[in-house]
Amino acid sequence: MLGRIVDELARREGPRILAGLIGRFGGDFDLAEDALQDAYERALASWPSTGIPERPAAWLTTVAQRAAIDRLRRLNRNADNSDEVLEQIAAEQPEARDDGGLPDDRLRLLFTCCHPAIAAPAQMALALRTLCGLSTREISRAFLESEATTAQRLVRAKKKIAEARIPYIVPSREELPDRLSAVLTAIYLVFNEGYSASAGESLLRPDLSSEAIRLARLLVSLMPAEPEALGILALMLLHDARREARVGVDGAVVPLEEQDRLRWDRAKIVEGLDILERAIAMRRRGPYQLQAAIAALHSKASTAAATDWTQIAALYGALHQMVPTAVVELNAAAAVAMVSGPEAGLVWIERVEAGGELGDYHLLPAARADLLRRAGRGREAEEHYRRAIELARNPAERLYLERRLREVTESM
Amino acid sequence: MEYLILIYGDERAYGTITEAQLKAMYQEYGSYTQDLIKAGVMRGGNELKPVATATTVRLRGGKVLSTDGPFAETKEQLGGYYLIDVPNLDDAVKWAAKCPGAKTGSIEVRPINPH
Repeated sequence: MLGRIVDELARREGPRILAGLIGRFGGDFDLAEDALQDAYERALASWPSTGIPERPAAWLTTVAQRAAIDRLRRLNRNADNSDEVLEQIAAEQPEARDDGGLPDDRLRLLFTCCHPAIAAPAQMALALRTLCGLSTREISRAFLESEATTAQRLVRAKKKIAEARIPYIVPSREELPDRLSAVLTAIYLVFNEGYSASAGESLLRPDLSSEAIRLARLLVSLMPAEPEALGILALMLLHDARREARVGVDGAVVPLEEQDRLRWDRAKIVEGLDILERAIAMRRRGPYQLQAAIAALHSKASTAAATDWTQIAALYGALHQMVPTAVVELNAAAAVAMVSGPEAGLVWIERVEAGGELGDYHLLPAARADLLRRAGRGREAEEHYRRAIELARNPAERLYLERRLREVTESM
Repeated sequence: MEYLILIYGDERAYGTITEAQLKAMYQEYGSYTQDLIKAGVMRGGNELKPVATATTVRLRGGKVLSTDGPFAETKEQLGGYYLIDVPNLDDAVKWAAKCPGAKTGSIEVRPINPH
C-alpha cells in the first residue's frame, strides 16, 4: 500500500524534484538520481511509524537534498575546500519548496537533455528518463531496443554531461533557434507518453501531458516569434482537449469518430485555435503547425460526418513533403480512405508496408484492419486485427482492437 | 575547466594554396590567438608539422616498435591544438567555432581530465 503511494508520488512529483536537485547540485544527474532514490527509501522506512507527511513532495525534496549533501560529504571526505561548499549548499536549503525547484528548473533540464553534444537517441532517452520518470525498461520498450542498449545510452549521456561539463542552463537567445528542433521533439515525446503511455496500466498519464504543455508555454515565452513553438502548443492543447472522450467506461480507446464531442474541453480548443492562428499569421509553416491545423479541423467538426477530410488529406500531403516518414504516410492513408474510399486507403497502406519501416508498429495492422472492415472484407480484417492485438502494448488499445475483432467475426 | 581544441584538416590542401592565402591564414590564426589571450582563456597552443614527419611508437614485449607516419590513414590530420580554460562545454564550443580551421576542417573539443 505504502509502496504504491510512494510509486505514485515518484511518478507525479519525481521529475520536478529531480530537476530542482540537479540545478542545486551543479548539474550532477547521477547524484540527484541517487539522492532522490535515498529519499524514497527513507519514506518507505519511516512513514509507517510517522505517518505520511502533510506535504509529501516537500518532505521528499528536503530529505533528498540532505541525502545529496551526505553523499557529497562521503565522497569528498579528503578533499580540501569541500566542507565550505557543502555548508553553502546546506545553508540555502531550509526553504524546501513544494514545487521542488525554481520555475525554470525543468526547462533547464529539457535543454540540457537536448544538448547537441549528446547523440539524438540519447537525448530522447534522457528526456524520458528525467522529465517523465520512465524506467530504463520502459524507455527501451518505447524505442523498441534492448534494455542494455538504453542503459548504455543513459550512462554515456550522463557521463558526458558531467565530464565534458555540459552546462545546466537555458541557452542564450541567439542559440535558441539551433536548439529548437531537438527540444520540440522531446516535448512532443513527453506529451505522447502522457497521451498514449507505452508503459503501465492506463492509456493516459495526464500529468505528463500537462507537463509537456507547461514546457511548451515556457518555450513560447522564451521564443514568442517562433511559429513552431506556438504550433506545438496549439497541437497539444487541441489533442489534450479530447482526453476525457478518448477512453470509454470499459477502459478501451474510443476512436475519434465515436467520441462524444460534447465531452471535448471547449476552453482548450478555443485556446489552441487562437494560438494556431497566431502561428499561421507568422507565415513560416512547419510540421507542428500542419499537425495542429489537422487537429483544428477535427475540433471544428461538430460531428464525425461533418469532418473536412478533403482538407485534412491535403494537409497530410503537405506534412508528408516536410516529414517524409512512414508514420505520416500511414495517417495520410486514413485520410485518403475517408475522401476516396477504403480501397484507395489500402493502396497507400500497402505502399507503407512495402517500405518496411514500421515492422512491429501495431497501428499499421490496426489501420489496415479498420479499412478492410469498412471495405466489407471481414476475413482479412480479422487477420490484421489479431496481428495488431499481438503488437499493441497498451491495454486500452488492445481492448479497442478486441472489440473490433469481435464485431468483424460476429458479422461474418 | 580546461579543454583541448584539436584542429583537424586536409593537409594536401595546404600544398596547393598560394603564398598570399597562406599568409592570410596565419594572420587569421594570429588574431584568433590574440582573442584567446585577451579573453584570458589561453593556456597554450601550437601548430604541428605535417603527418609525414610523424613517428608512431609502441612498446611490445619490451621491444620498441617505431613506424613511419600516423597510425591510421584518415582524410583529415591533426594539424595543431590550443589548450583553453573556460567554464563549460558551451564556451569551449564557441571558441572552437571561431577557430579558423573550423571553416575548412573539423575541430575536436576534448575536456582535460584533471588529476
